[in-house]
Amino acid sequence: MGKDTGFKEFPRKAFGYEPAEERVKSYAEFVVPLSEKELGEQGARCMNCGVPFCHSGCPLGNIIPDFNDHVYREKWGRAYEALRSTNNFPEFTGRICPAPCESACVLGITHPPVAIKTIELAVIERAWRDGAVVARPPRERTGMRVAVVGSGPAGLAAADQLNDAGHTVVVYERAEKVGGLMRYGIPDFKLPKDVVQRRVDIMAAEGVEFRTNAHVGANVPVSELRNGYDAVVLAGGSTLPRDLSLPGREGAGVHPAMEFLSQNNHRVSGLPGLRNQRGEEIAEILATGKNVLVIGGGDTGSDCVGTSIRQKAKSVLQIELLPKPPEGRTEKTPWPTHPGPAMLSTSSSQAEGCTRDWSVGSKEILRDAAGKVVGVRAVRLDWSAGKPVEIEGSEYVIPAELVLLAMGFLSPEHKGLLEELGVEKDERGNVKAQNYATSVPGIFSAGDMRRGQSLVVWAISEGREAARSVDAYLRGGRSLLAAKSGSLCQA
Amino acid sequence: MRETTRLNERPDPVVHGLYDENFEHDACGVGFIADLNGNRTHDIVSKGIEILVNLEHRGASGAEKNTGDGAGILTQLPHAFFLKVGPKAGIKVPAPGHYGVGQVFLPKDPKAQKRAKDILERCIDECGQNLLGWREVPVDPAGIGPTALSGEPSIWQVFVGRSSEVKDPESFERKLYVVRKYAERSVREEGFEGSWDFYVCSLSYKTILYKGMLTPPQVGSYFVDLADEAFQSAIALVHSRFSTNTMPTWPLAHPFRTLAHNGEINTLRGNRNWMTAREGSLRSDLFSDDEIKKILPVVEAHGSDSATLDNVVELLVMGGRSIPHVMMMLIPEAWEKDQEMTPEKKAFYEYHGALIEPWDGPASVAFTDGHLIGATLDRNGLRPSRYMLTKDNILVMASEAGVLEFPPEDVVLKGRLQPGRMFIASLDEHRIIPDEEIKHRICGRKPYGEWLGNKIVVSELPAPREIRQPSSENVIDRQKAFGYTLEDLRFLMEPMARNGEEAIGSMGTDVPLAVLSDKSQVLFNYFKQLFAQVTNPPIDPIREETVMSLTSYVGGEGNLLQENEGHARIIELTQPILTNDELERLRWVDKNGFTAKTISIVFKATEGEGRLKKALDRIRRQAVDAIDEGYEVIILSDKPVDSGHAAIPSLLAVGAVHHHLIRLGLRSKVGLIVETGESREVHHFALLLGYGASAVNPWLAFQTIEDMRRRKMLPDELTQQKAEYHYIKAVGKGLLKIMSKMGISAIPSYIGAQIFEAVGLGQELVEEYFTGTPSRVGGIELDTLEKETLLRHRFAFPEAHVEDYDDDIEVGGQYQWRQRGERHMLNPDTIHKLQQATWKNDWKLFKEYTRLIDDQAAAPITLRGLLDFTNGTAVPLEEVESVDAIVKRFASGAMSFGSISWEAHTTIAIAMNRLGGKSNTGEGGEDSRRFKTVEKASRVSDIIGVADALADYDLRAGDSLRSAIKQVASGRFGVTSHYLVNADELQIKMAQGAKPGEGGQLPGHKVDKWIGATRHSTPGVGLISPPPHHDIYSIEDLAQLIYDLKNSNTHARISVKLVAEVGVGTVAAGVAKAHSDVILISGHDGGTGASPQTSIKHAGLPWELGLAEAHQVLVRNGLRDRVVLQTDGMLRTGRDIAIAAMLGAEEWGVATAALVVMGCIMMRKCHLNTCPVGVATQDPELRKEFKGRPEYVETFFRFLAQDLREQMAVLGFRTVEEMVGRADRLAPRKGITHWKARTLKLENLLHRLDVGSHGQFCCTAQDHGLDTALDNELLKMAAATLRDKSPMQAEIRLRNVNRTVGTILSAEITRRFGPDALPEDTVRIKATGTAGQSFMAFGVQGVTMEIEGEANDYFGKGLSGGKLILYPPKSSTFDPRENVIVGNVSFYGATSGEAYIMGKAGERFCVRNSGAKVVVESVGDHGCEYMTGGRVVILGDIGRNFAAGMSGGVAYLLENERTRSRVNPAMVALEQVVDAEDLIELKDLVERHAEYTGSKKAFELLARWPEAAKSFIKVMPVDYKRALREQAAAVATVGGKG
Repeated sequence: MGKDTGFKEFPRKAFGYEPAEERVKSYAEFVVPLSEKELGEQGARCMNCGVPFCHSGCPLGNIIPDFNDHVYREKWGRAYEALRSTNNFPEFTGRICPAPCESACVLGITHPPVAIKTIELAVIERAWRDGAVVARPPRERTGMRVAVVGSGPAGLAAADQLNDAGHTVVVYERAEKVGGLMRYGIPDFKLPKDVVQRRVDIMAAEGVEFRTNAHVGANVPVSELRNGYDAVVLAGGSTLPRDLSLPGREGAGVHPAMEFLSQNNHRVSGLPGLRNQRGEEIAEILATGKNVLVIGGGDTGSDCVGTSIRQKAKSVLQIELLPKPPEGRTEKTPWPTHPGPAMLSTSSSQAEGCTRDWSVGSKEILRDAAGKVVGVRAVRLDWSAGKPVEIEGSEYVIPAELVLLAMGFLSPEHKGLLEELGVEKDERGNVKAQNYATSVPGIFSAGDMRRGQSLVVWAISEGREAARSVDAYLRGGRSLLAAKSGSLCQA
Repeated sequence: MRETTRLNERPDPVVHGLYDENFEHDACGVGFIADLNGNRTHDIVSKGIEILVNLEHRGASGAEKNTGDGAGILTQLPHAFFLKVGPKAGIKVPAPGHYGVGQVFLPKDPKAQKRAKDILERCIDECGQNLLGWREVPVDPAGIGPTALSGEPSIWQVFVGRSSEVKDPESFERKLYVVRKYAERSVREEGFEGSWDFYVCSLSYKTILYKGMLTPPQVGSYFVDLADEAFQSAIALVHSRFSTNTMPTWPLAHPFRTLAHNGEINTLRGNRNWMTAREGSLRSDLFSDDEIKKILPVVEAHGSDSATLDNVVELLVMGGRSIPHVMMMLIPEAWEKDQEMTPEKKAFYEYHGALIEPWDGPASVAFTDGHLIGATLDRNGLRPSRYMLTKDNILVMASEAGVLEFPPEDVVLKGRLQPGRMFIASLDEHRIIPDEEIKHRICGRKPYGEWLGNKIVVSELPAPREIRQPSSENVIDRQKAFGYTLEDLRFLMEPMARNGEEAIGSMGTDVPLAVLSDKSQVLFNYFKQLFAQVTNPPIDPIREETVMSLTSYVGGEGNLLQENEGHARIIELTQPILTNDELERLRWVDKNGFTAKTISIVFKATEGEGRLKKALDRIRRQAVDAIDEGYEVIILSDKPVDSGHAAIPSLLAVGAVHHHLIRLGLRSKVGLIVETGESREVHHFALLLGYGASAVNPWLAFQTIEDMRRRKMLPDELTQQKAEYHYIKAVGKGLLKIMSKMGISAIPSYIGAQIFEAVGLGQELVEEYFTGTPSRVGGIELDTLEKETLLRHRFAFPEAHVEDYDDDIEVGGQYQWRQRGERHMLNPDTIHKLQQATWKNDWKLFKEYTRLIDDQAAAPITLRGLLDFTNGTAVPLEEVESVDAIVKRFASGAMSFGSISWEAHTTIAIAMNRLGGKSNTGEGGEDSRRFKTVEKASRVSDIIGVADALADYDLRAGDSLRSAIKQVASGRFGVTSHYLVNADELQIKMAQGAKPGEGGQLPGHKVDKWIGATRHSTPGVGLISPPPHHDIYSIEDLAQLIYDLKNSNTHARISVKLVAEVGVGTVAAGVAKAHSDVILISGHDGGTGASPQTSIKHAGLPWELGLAEAHQVLVRNGLRDRVVLQTDGMLRTGRDIAIAAMLGAEEWGVATAALVVMGCIMMRKCHLNTCPVGVATQDPELRKEFKGRPEYVETFFRFLAQDLREQMAVLGFRTVEEMVGRADRLAPRKGITHWKARTLKLENLLHRLDVGSHGQFCCTAQDHGLDTALDNELLKMAAATLRDKSPMQAEIRLRNVNRTVGTILSAEITRRFGPDALPEDTVRIKATGTAGQSFMAFGVQGVTMEIEGEANDYFGKGLSGGKLILYPPKSSTFDPRENVIVGNVSFYGATSGEAYIMGKAGERFCVRNSGAKVVVESVGDHGCEYMTGGRVVILGDIGRNFAAGMSGGVAYLLENERTRSRVNPAMVALEQVVDAEDLIELKDLVERHAEYTGSKKAFELLARWPEAAKSFIKVMPVDYKRALREQAAAVATVGGKG
């Protein structure tokens, strides 16, 4: 709850980055933490609001004013307790969350908001350093078994919660390593993989069993889940990328972003096996020395930009169909909403030397005789009517030898697991699971697989809430797990 | 004696809807005349009636002018008269002392009358006395109002002859007492039709009582007997009643058999309970056991507080004590902290304190036994009483001076009753007996001090060898089991343990009532604290600490009729919170026969339902067994709580045992102590004590503090012992505050007083365990309570553990919004939508907002959320009254400039003025630059300058920044004639929803230059609003203030703001009778700039209850049509407004939502001055962030009106007037599934009386009686002055009935010429006689009033520049320095002007003076309290507690040996007068005093000046001195630079 007048005394200071020219030299993380004194001052800026909009803006319901205050008062242990009471993996969200909490921060009405994300990261890293993050296996086991399919943030959160509740949890992961998107999608410089691994190790020590290279519906029969467990949580993510159906799409050098990113993460981690969506080995995709075009302006696009720059691309251009968003809030994005892409923001990767362009439509992928991509024929769009209209005579060619498609994901894969289980899907093709329970009794779902593509923080939230649903199902009554809202001491 | 208990069960009182006759109050005028020579004359009787008539303005009438609230006269038995009339009725009248006469009300129905007479005759016979006959009392009902007539009984006198076996008249008097009590009970028991009309006014050989539901002038004409010359008495005690309720009855008129009372007993419920508890122990040498049985119950059913007091006084007097002795027992002085009191008297009070709890509350009680006549005042002295003695030994005492006129030269003495002092005259000794003498006599009767030598003091008991505590390791499990939250630790306990302070918060509460919450609530949360408003004043426990006490006693014997050593066998508890060590000492006590029994209050948590009930039965049995076994202390302990045993809610355990023992007549045999883990906040302790515990040991709170220290939630340097000490101190302070809210000053009277209302508890539960507690909408019973308790228990001790959560107790979410916490009406969603909708003028979004608020079907928050509309025929929307018309019915809430910023304050005002609604100044005054209408389009900066206009925006021509409603609160900040004249409505704030019964404090850091100027105070110096208005101690005082304000601005309507609580309906009726034009009923959930959290959460009730009750009572009494009813408290949507209208409000107030529209995001930081959006802060840097605009506020109110219109169209109401009071179109919502909410019964809320011709809304103007004001004459005299300021002089004659003289004249001067426009002495008026109350209230500069005579209370109230001179009649022979010339509360809230008074003044002189210069010769208690400015010179004695809370101004006191000890040193320093400027000022004032009044004292001093100056001391507020020094330094710096 900070200091009563702290917000008047201290300016905002968030963690910094190493200079771009330095950080692009490696895939290492480049965050520069604040000193403890600076962190204390940042905590002091928190106003301990009667209605903390940050707390409401956080999908996890992190009790932000509480840990801000603890940091201000140098009670790091208590700050960690407050943080972990709602968030299983603050070390992930502290790095890669777009921080809707800060958008909702009340101080943001008149001043730059409290540096919540910076504080969160500092609290959890300090806890790791202090040895406060330790395995706490449950005292008693319920004897019931739960399978979790998928080890992304949703699956991990569900597994962690269910294990806490005393159930025996097995996590199935088709890849070699645990972590899902966090392991393979997000570049190391944003989320180092040892950060993922140390958490997985703690969970394993608490009794969660991880089975990797275990692709349910492929090398693991679906019947194993049906027969061997009291409940199943499907958390396989939303993995089918949105494709671009343009003439020339099949050209060499055009790739879905995830192929490119995942391959690079394998490479950085020194792992074998660069495979595509269908499990086939794929050739190396490298931006080195190339003009790279990233189509799509979201976070994945940014990751492609940062990775390309580290691979020493000749140039990187990122284009977006939508018009350039305004630089500040507008009537449509008033405080405390999280404006997301509706407000211009520049990611650290973009700041490393990429050109951005908006209102650009792609018409055709141009190839050379060998079928290798050489550029994209693009056109400028007029959005003044609220929908895109091609501007006559504005066509031009973007030279590019590598084109990365980062336009988001459509849905989970239906073939295999989902079809065999026979769970119903919603109109968008995601698993239909009201209150996290699918149409098949005992089968639950969480994360992007249920919700559609979203933020890591939402995935964790989904995993937690789904675990409650599972726990209640298994106990045949009330869950003992805490919910995001509402209390355990409630009828 | 256990079998007698059924008798004490009173039949149900009259209850209709929410009206309950238990909550009637009264206050009044009281007086007597006595010939101390004992000569019985008819003249005394006639003069008594004359007093009554001259006090008429202190009484009241209801809807009918000719039906009074009650009046009566008590005289000696007129033997000569009875000799004359007796034979005519066939009665042979024996010699005096050989017969008694009863004045009896009988049913009119002949059969019933016969039956009642038969019973009385039988009782006379059974008691061995002789019936001499019956005489019908002749009455003349001409001119009596229809309501009075409809209840008129048949009045008879019964003559009883003394049996020859009865030796002396006093024994005969006791027989008559037994006859009366026995007859009363016999009639009640037979309970035939009409039996309730049976009432014995008096039955005595000494005195007789003529009274009825009459106006004062009617007493003489109705009772024909009183006009008979043979009707002679040496004593006439009279009373005229002002009852808040309008269903007064004949029996409730005063006087009673022994006394007449002006005031109110606040602790009545407890006093009644304790009396019942003691009945089993009554034994006496003067009565046989059989006779004792006959006089039970001591306390009559359906009696008012005064009637009950009379019952007990009578018992004790009959039991052998003298009447002054009894008065000292029941209404003791504030003896605990009095350093001037003799040990003998202290011992008397302490001894009797152990015997019976004080009957606490404002009280001026006049009493007589036929030989002695006298009066006593409560410890606070909150009621006025003046007396005078003539040289013929005629003594007159009355609520006011001047009720009878005597030639000045005949008067030998003029005085006033003083707090805690007894005033006694003896007809046998023919003289006034001084207080010291009578008390010395009484205190010396028995060796009370010696007896008290046996008293046990806890700290002197042997120390325990060990204190067993549960392991501190799993303290968290127990915290969970008792429902602790993180907020409890952080918000409540931390400040208590750290600093000994209670937690402060701001804004109102917007979470569900306990019964609507989804979460497990502790039982405490179902109870709301009650508080004093209007009919009695709250106390300031900080500034008037001298009267407060936390000491209580355990032990003693219940037999009130005996005086012996046994009563002194007691354990003294100096305060009610026991440390673990103290509890162990008590647990093992084995001294003077005391032993303690510990009873475990847990129940098996593992078995099926119904365990709780079984456990309660068990502890009740164990308690009775313990008493049988001789234990005198019972400790109820929940320490054995563990995974298998859940704690019985401690309050339930206490209530269960307390009421069980009362019913068995055993309660007074044992002290109850609670050892509980549950209680942690002040409210909890208040409840445990309020329901009968003498002390509480909060073992888990202590352990939690230990845990908090371990967890670094408290500073390292704070030791456990120190932290516990702080915590206990904070609880003590909080308890004093809660008690003082109700006007209670001593804890023994609070114990068992049950000053609470329950919300959401079922009837059976309440009747069984909290007997007598109002709970008006029903609610949960024991089974749900058990479930709720087990919910917590299972949370603490779950079947399985979840490792990660074992560290967490609940977050709470009561004080701040939390995801996992309690639901709030104002949450991120609703705040956002409301702001966006009004900023963008987006109706669709507004409807989304209203849906979020209105849809409470699944998750109710408010009582109205449980209501539904019933179908009607819809009308087209366009036929419904327009938005423009509806918005005029809105008022914005009262928020002071000080609590909110200039920007927020003016923005609302501009918006409300544009709409034609009303904004409210709040209590902080108003910058007079806002009074002018904006002439042309301009900017805010054009009015106040660029430097001050931190948020500047466009103004339109015709805009006004002025608040239409000017509030008049207890602090009277900036309440000048100019302020009052510039209002459309004057609102008297009796209470505030967030903290009813409390004052306020604006911290020094919020008092900047601007606010200081507006409030007439010094920048940087904190300001205190006292809890009471010092000119309102009861209902007739409120009537007086209403009259004063109406005089101060005859164009304004007068409004009185009340807060919902049980009984507010009867208070509202009283307010309507006091001629208020508007009554505002606020809900408990209104906002505040700063208030203790316990008050925000736990005091007051929802407006739905208060409004419905007020409306129902007003309609029932035919008063509704003459007042506008307004309500406020978390009104948020059109649906809320519609329900408010249908429950009775035709106008509505909205405050918090309007703030949200201006940018407030419910930071709840108003008290810290750090509001980041510039709404509730004075920090210029933050004020700049203010983004509100009048347009947003306009849009909001228009949207609200539109939302209401849509609702009206659906319901089929075309106008608001059609809709007001249509509770019949509301119904409890069907299909409520919420586990607790579904138990509520809202039918009483929806009770509707079809009244035909009487309105359901305001359609008649109040008659303020201004036509008889003396000022009408003054205006004529001053016609020329008012035209052209030409000087004038006049002479007038004054009587006490001339009230508020000079105020209309002053207002007219201000209206015409503005403030301070007339030169000094332009209007000079010389008056002779007795000035009535509020003389020259708000009198302005240029007007000088000189009185030769005397004056009553409120002299110079709110003086705004006028000059007052007052001296005794030149022909009087007494020494003016020894005689009282002016009443209480003079110059209250004066802002400027001067006054010179030759003589003594009463209590509370110059309270909250902020600028007047006054010279006086002596003052009573509490002089210069809360003063913030001005000069006061006192040439004589001061009373106790001088300068309490004085933060500004200077007082010069002529020092004597008592002076220094009587100054309250908390805020002031005493200095010698040495500064040259001070000496000049002082001399100048003394010179003027000498010149104007001819004061001998002044001349004496001047004759030895400057030597005489050395006898003065200067009283200088410390903060004020600092602020002045800082100002001077600042000026010097600027000067230096310049």
